[in-house]
Amino acid sequence: MMRRTTLILIPYLWLLLLFFAPFLIVLKISLSDAALAIPPYTPNLKDGIGALIRELDFENFVFLTEDDLYWKAYLSSLRIALVSTVLTLLVGYPIAYGMAKAPEEWRATLMMLVILPFWTSFLIRVYAWMGILSNEGLLNQLLLWLGVTSEPLVILNTTTAVYIGIVYTYLPFMILPIYAALDRLDSSLDEAAQDLGCTRRQAFWLVTIPLSKNGIVAGSFLVFIPALGEFVIPSLLGGSGTLMIGKVLWEEFFNNRDWPVASAVAVILLLILILPIVLFQRNQQKQQEAEQ
Amino acid sequence: MKRLSWFNVTSLTLGFAFLYLPMLVLVIYSFNASKLVTVWAGFSTKWYGTLFQNEAFLDAAWVTLKVAVVSSTFATILGTMAAYVLVRGGRFMGRTLFSGMIYAPLVMPEVITGLSLLLLFIGIGLDRGVLTIVLAHTTFSMCYVSVVVSSRLVTFDRSLEEAALDLGSTPWEAFRLVTLPIIAPAVISGWLLAFTLSLDDLVIASFTSGPSATTLPIKIFSAVRLGVSPEINALSTIMILIVTVGVVTASLVTKRNAIRAQNDAQAAERATG
Repeated sequence: MMRRTTLILIPYLWLLLLFFAPFLIVLKISLSDAALAIPPYTPNLKDGIGALIRELDFENFVFLTEDDLYWKAYLSSLRIALVSTVLTLLVGYPIAYGMAKAPEEWRATLMMLVILPFWTSFLIRVYAWMGILSNEGLLNQLLLWLGVTSEPLVILNTTTAVYIGIVYTYLPFMILPIYAALDRLDSSLDEAAQDLGCTRRQAFWLVTIPLSKNGIVAGSFLVFIPALGEFVIPSLLGGSGTLMIGKVLWEEFFNNRDWPVASAVAVILLLILILPIVLFQRNQQKQQEAEQ
Repeated sequence: MKRLSWFNVTSLTLGFAFLYLPMLVLVIYSFNASKLVTVWAGFSTKWYGTLFQNEAFLDAAWVTLKVAVVSSTFATILGTMAAYVLVRGGRFMGRTLFSGMIYAPLVMPEVITGLSLLLLFIGIGLDRGVLTIVLAHTTFSMCYVSVVVSSRLVTFDRSLEEAALDLGSTPWEAFRLVTLPIIAPAVISGWLLAFTLSLDDLVIASFTSGPSATTLPIKIFSAVRLGVSPEINALSTIMILIVTVGVVTASLVTKRNAIRAQNDAQAAERATG
């Protein structure tokens, strides 16, 4: 029994100390005042619990509601995450479907081709688009050469570039769960629907889509949740015009050095994320139970 | 064999073109002679030369590699323990909190994880440097390892372990001689995942590193913020090449093992039948 307790305690304490405790600190600092000191907030932990409670205030949260920069950033992050999730689904589903329909001997290779970008550096994959989308970039050169446009389109440093970046980098997260769901699907169900008089299209909408729902839901959460707090993509592709909360938090912290406000931004982002995270976990649990 | 419909062929072709063309462009332009990344001025490998003379990049690469090896090793040990606890631990106090702490980092925005760890390190007076990056990376990647390993443990036939225990081995021997060899592929892919996550991480490393330790992603990010540069293209090409070789080798090995297992099973069937 001693052994079991030790086995449980080591990872448990590690996570408590390095994952759970830091959140309590963020919460605490979000409720303190900014100060010109190192660390730049007051009071710090050394002053004791008493001082901490006396100085407790919600000033930073009030500040967040007063300055409309933050509201706009949260709303625009939600909108960007939502739109790009839908776009990723629209791009990813046909690919996953094609993979599931492909001959058995191709599937391992196709699977490898989806996973390979996932192992490649995220930063590099975002960077790759900077050269393609810029005003003198390859895409504009191609469009001008084809005569589609007479002058270069401004894509880099707009929200469109952010959408492209998110769809591109998160596509494997959408394809893999959908493919897993479609792969498990019994193809005789689809045939049965067609035998019973459905057209192929009807069979697809009435049988295949509902039966791959778990994969769609899992993939959508896997894109939506990280996209909401995304920092790298908006800062490399979005330019100054794209407002996203991850970027605001970063700038508040590194440029303005206002740690209490940065912490308050983090606390609210976390509150927004609780609902999708809980829904995602529930979906995963349901799926696991279904498999067992 | 069914043939793919034109729709499926088109969506696969377009999909994979979308996934691979940007990286291909990056690789091609790393051999461009011109400093202007958008104008092709003939083949050249000079950017690889300047890259390997760039001390700052080489130092950062070395720091990144050290951090990745150490943190992924710790993450694998802790993550495997956590997976074992999750799947085999039974009921214990705070189990819900424990599984929550395993799954939450997987979906936590990196800016929040980074910020909170930084505040912890400052709170306890730990100087930021290689050690703090290692601690941060170990923490978030152990959760990935534990998810990978526990999915293997769930499908594992428990009677094998029980047989070993019945035959007189201690729990530790049973784990080392029976369980570990069976879950080894999952443990290895967990390590590789942790290693890649650590190599790749920009946001958490930016928060938890100090002036004494700069990792490669931090260096790349500050360089590309100023715009596209052929040296970064060369660096990216090298990184893409390493990943490609790794992933292709891994999938060939898996395939060969699968074929061998199939042959063994057939041979056994012939021998007994």
